[in-house]
Order: sequence, then C-alpha cells, then structure tokens
Amino acid sequence: MAAFEKILLKNMDMPDYSGSLKDYERAGGYRAIQNALGKTKPGDLIDIVKRSGLRGRGGAGFPTGVKWGFIPQDHPGPKYLCCNADESEPGTFKDRQLIERDPHQILEGIILACYAIGARTSYIYIRGEFALGAEILEKALDEAYKVGYLGTNILGAGFDLDVYVHRGAGAYICGEETALLESLEGKRGKPRTKPPFPAIAGLYGKPTVINNVETLANIPHIVNRGPEWFMSIGSPPKSPGTRVFSLSGHIARPGNYEVPMGITIREMLEDFGGGMSDGKQLKAIIPGGASASFLTSEHLDVKLDFEGIASAGSMLGSGAITFMNEGTCMVWAAERLLEFFHHESCGKCTPCREGSMWLLQILHRMEAGHGKHEDLDLLLKLCGNIAGQTVCAFGDAEIAPIVSTLQHFRHEYEAHIRDGCCPYRTEQAELVSTGSSQRH
Amino acid sequence: MFSSEAKKRISLVLKRYPIKSSALLPLLNLAQEEEGFVSEDSMREIAKLLDLTPPKVYEVATFYTMLNLKPIGRFHLQVCKSLMCALVGSETLLKWIDQELGIKPGETTQDNMFTLNTVECLASCGTAPMMKVNNDYFEHLTHEKVCQLFEDLRTTGKCSLATGPFRWPDPGMLR
Ligand SMILES: Cc1cc2nc3c(=O)[nH]c(=O)nc-3n(C[C@H](O)[C@H](O)[C@H](O)COP(=O)(O)O)c2cc1C
Ligand code: SF4
Ligand code: FES
Repeated sequence: MAAFEKILLKNMDMPDYSGSLKDYERAGGYRAIQNALGKTKPGDLIDIVKRSGLRGRGGAGFPTGVKWGFIPQDHPGPKYLCCNADESEPGTFKDRQLIERDPHQILEGIILACYAIGARTSYIYIRGEFALGAEILEKALDEAYKVGYLGTNILGAGFDLDVYVHRGAGAYICGEETALLESLEGKRGKPRTKPPFPAIAGLYGKPTVINNVETLANIPHIVNRGPEWFMSIGSPPKSPGTRVFSLSGHIARPGNYEVPMGITIREMLEDFGGGMSDGKQLKAIIPGGASASFLTSEHLDVKLDFEGIASAGSMLGSGAITFMNEGTCMVWAAERLLEFFHHESCGKCTPCREGSMWLLQILHRMEAGHGKHEDLDLLLKLCGNIAGQTVCAFGDAEIAPIVSTLQHFRHEYEAHIRDGCCPYRTEQAELVSTGSSQRH
Repeated sequence: MFSSEAKKRISLVLKRYPIKSSALLPLLNLAQEEEGFVSEDSMREIAKLLDLTPPKVYEVATFYTMLNLKPIGRFHLQVCKSLMCALVGSETLLKWIDQELGIKPGETTQDNMFTLNTVECLASCGTAPMMKVNNDYFEHLTHEKVCQLFEDLRTTGKCSLATGPFRWPDPGMLR
C-alpha cells in the first residue's frame, strides 16, 4: 500500500523516545495548548474538532465534536471530562500502548478537551489491571503540573484544570460510559438508563463528556495541523484519520499497527500482520473486538472503516482484529466469548443476566457433543429476546458471536450435533472454571 | 488497620473528589495493597472513613473481580483465558503451571506461595500466552520462561521477565 504518516504512534518510533515530558516537547508536544489556550475560543475549538470529522475510537464511533457540542456552554456549576482508559474489550490493546509509551499526548488531548467544554476537573478512569499504566500517567501528571500545563491559570490563559487518575478494579462493564460514571461515584458499575445523557447529567449529575484514550490523543494533532488536514486522511468524509488496530490470533505478526482507515482487511493481514501463521488457511475474522460479529475469509476485501465494516454486517468497534485459522472450531470460539460475556454481565437486566447463562449452557452442551437440533432455533430465539431489550449495548454485543457464527458457520453446529462431539478437538478441552465468582 | 503511610495517602485521595464515596474503589485497592486482600475489618474502617454503611462497602467490593475478599497466596497468577489468548495457548499455559506447581484455577500451593486464577482479557492479546502476577505482566510465555518465573519468584520475590512499558511489535520490549 501507499506510504503514509503515522500520527499517534509516531513519537514512540523515534529512537530512545521515553514518553517523558522532555521527549514529548522535543517531538513538538504541548504546542497545541500553547497556541490554543486563551487564543482560540472554546466554541471555535469545538468547531475545529467537528470539522475534522473525528469519531470516537472507544467503540461506538460517535462524532467527537458533536458530543462536545452537547455540553451546555452556559452551565453555571462544574462540568467534567472522563478519559476512558478502561480498555477491556477482548482483542484490544492499543490504549495500553498509548498510555505506557506516550502519556503526555493523551494529557494534552485532555487539556484541550477540557478547555473546549469548560471542564475544570478531569478523571482518567483506567482499568485496575494497568498498574504500570497508572503509575506512568501519575508521573506524567506530576511533570505537567510542575511546568504549569496543569493547575491554576495554565499558560497565563486564566484556565484552571486538575486531572486525576482513578483506578478501576476489574470489571469490563465499567468501560461503558455510564457504568464508568457509577463506578467513579463509588458504586457497583451498572450502566444507567438513558436519557438523561451524560452531556446533561453525567458525573455527580453534572454535564460530562466521556472520551476514549485514542480519541483524545488525536486532538493535539488536529489543533496543530487543522481540521482539513485530518479530513484528508484515511477514508473521508465519514471515517477520516488513522486507527491503531490491534491484531491478534493465528497470524505471523500480531501487534498494534496504525494505518489510515479505509485499507482492506487483506492489506492489514498481509502487509502488517505478516499473513496467517504456520501456513494455515484463514477461516474467520472478528473485525472490532469481542462485541463485533464474525466475518469470513470472503470478507478480506472489505474496507477497514466505519461504513465498510458495517455494510459487511459487523462493526469497527474498538479496532481489534482477530484472525482465526481453519483449525478453529466456531462453536468453541462462540462458547469462549460467551464465557466472557456471562462473567462480565453486570446483572442489571434480566435478558442479559439470565440470557447469557442460558446461551452459555447451550453452547457448553453443544461443544461437549450433547447438542440437539432444537438447540439451534433455541439459541436464535434467546438471542432475539435479548436484542434491543437491555439497558446498555452489552446485550447486543453478547449475542453477536452466536448469531454471526450461526449465520456463517451453521454447518459446524450441525456437525457437533450429528457427530456427538467437537470435530476440531481430539481431546475435549476441559472447561476452565474461572476460580472467581460471578458478580451477580 | 491502615498504616500511617496509607492514612496520608487517603487524605490526599479524598481531596480529589467532591463526594467522599468516590474514594471507595481507591481505598479498597489500597486496603488490598496493604494486606494482600480486603478484610472485613478494613471494609468496616473504610465505611467509617467515607460515612458509608459496611454492607454498602461490601456490596461494591463484591462487584469487582480484582478485589480478593479472602487471603490468597503471596503471588497471584492470573492467566487470561479469553478467546484471543485461548487461540494461541492459554490452555497449554495452564497445563505448564499445573505441571510445575500442581495447582489448577482457583487453587493455592500448599506453601501458600502461589494462587492461580483464570481471568478475562488483560489487553495483552497480541503478546499471548500471558499472565499477570500481582502487578506485573508476563507475555510471550514459554514453558521455559514459566519455570524461570517461578524459580525467580521463589528465590528473590521478583522476576526480570516482567514486560512493559508496552509496545508491540517492538524488539526492545523486555524491561
Ligand atoms: C459494554 C461496553 C464496554 C465498553 N468498553 C469501553 C472501553 O473499555 N473503552 C472505551 O473507550 N469505550 C468503551 N465503551 C464505549 C463507551 O461507552 C463510550 O462510547 C466511549 O468511551 C466514548 O468515547 P469515544 O466517543 O471517544 O469513543 C464500551 C461500551 C460498552 C457498551
Ligand atoms: S445489558 Fe447486561 S451489562 Fe448492560 S446493563 Fe443490562 S445486565 Fe448490565
Ligand atoms: S484475550 Fe487475553 S489478553 Fe486479551
């Protein structure tokens, strides 16, 4: 594919780049706040982000500038920005790299976002497991406070901002924006019913924006180089910019690769992932993290942008792409994902809480060779009763692996039922108990 | 319960939030850092500090997988078993651990050194098989590395195979 310039992973490509304040500044960092704070009006900054076409990198792909624009400008009390660093979607490991290798890029994005929406306090909600990431962010915050990029009257622009790191403690659902807010308020991380939306009543009932790490990391670059520049990259007008894709599964070179949106899955696999490993054939692709529907080897020429993946029947989600080879059992894969969803359901809605257990039981039975023909309809019926019936998007996510594997690989389910065993496993894999209790 | 060092940290933590209960997770994490698990006593003390009832603290503590409400071994082995890791060998990793330590998920070695649990995705899917031991990540594990890891932990309590700051692909990944 044609040459392109990295945006977010560019600094860390420099030899000896440590992610320190000094290194970040040497790479041109903190220029955006120097140029914007006190010089660009907050409303104009929102407009710049709107015109750039930037869409959220956390999963839903909502236009960032539009989201910021929902915050009531004249609201008298506090407003908040939460940086979503909960990164728990299976397959996704990009935010971890952005946090641990270039923390100031994220902080500068946070400062700009807070300036634009008028927030004086921001929390970085980071998943509890990222102990090193939290430590690195704390250190970066210390550095930024020392030179006056945070605190009171930043750069003499009359703008005050405090940023805090808040660690979670192991719960996937806290990545859902309203569950994140509940968790931050010291409660169980259960999503809220919407409306009201966080822009009106978010953290502590105040107007709040929640943005993903990678989304915020893009902001300084958009401010420095202009919305037209950003709009010219990737797959405009709907999917401008790059994405940091996390590649995993049966490929030669798994890892994080930043590319302009709009390249095909085939280019991603062959030019970056190094092709399939061990000379095996590709069978299935999950293009957007565990919540995205499975695609097949027939989808290799689908474009990696929001519309491309959506029109193929899946979603770009968190930008995690998992490749599975011909030896992978699709019933087992769906079962594995359902174990995840069952463990992580917050328990608030009956269809999600009970449905995940029933679905998992059927898949267990199927994979162990005790499936019945009626089970296939039962699976679909159960999925139909979960779709759209839940407080948060988790409900739709948990059925995606089942509905899509049944759509593309129904014959594998049928083989399990017919043969009374899993055709892909010589020895039946022991089901791994988690050793930790359900949260509901 | 909390050490005087921890108490200093607590007063700083409380300043970060407009309401006290926001400090609940940070304090539960801190309690676990101090004692290796979250005891009933520490939950009562946290309740007092934050003007909450003990059941409220317990209700929240039981929601979060990382909080251990019972004592565990000195080293907590957490093997990711989610799909992406399972594709490239998390089951084999569990077998190696069983071979070397004789424990299965949910179990603790007799000398109380190691507790093994399986967990869901740890954002390490491209560098699997992997596990987390206490606060450290160990990635690209092989049988040999696992043996070295246990040996090092037993003798020195630390292991230089810990990975991060994370970047992959990157030849200079090892810390
Ligand atoms: C079940 C569930 C889990 C989620 N997990 C995350 C996550 O770990 N990180 C994240 O940034 N967004 C996650 N999201 C999306 C957030 O709700 C939210 O849309 C996002 O943080 C908004 O930021 P963005 O607009 O910058 O993408 C999740 C959503 C759902 C429904
Ligand atoms: S859909 Fe599931 S995870 Fe979401 S609120 Fe309902 S029970 Fe909780
Ligand atoms: S699936 Fe194991 S770390 Fe993500």
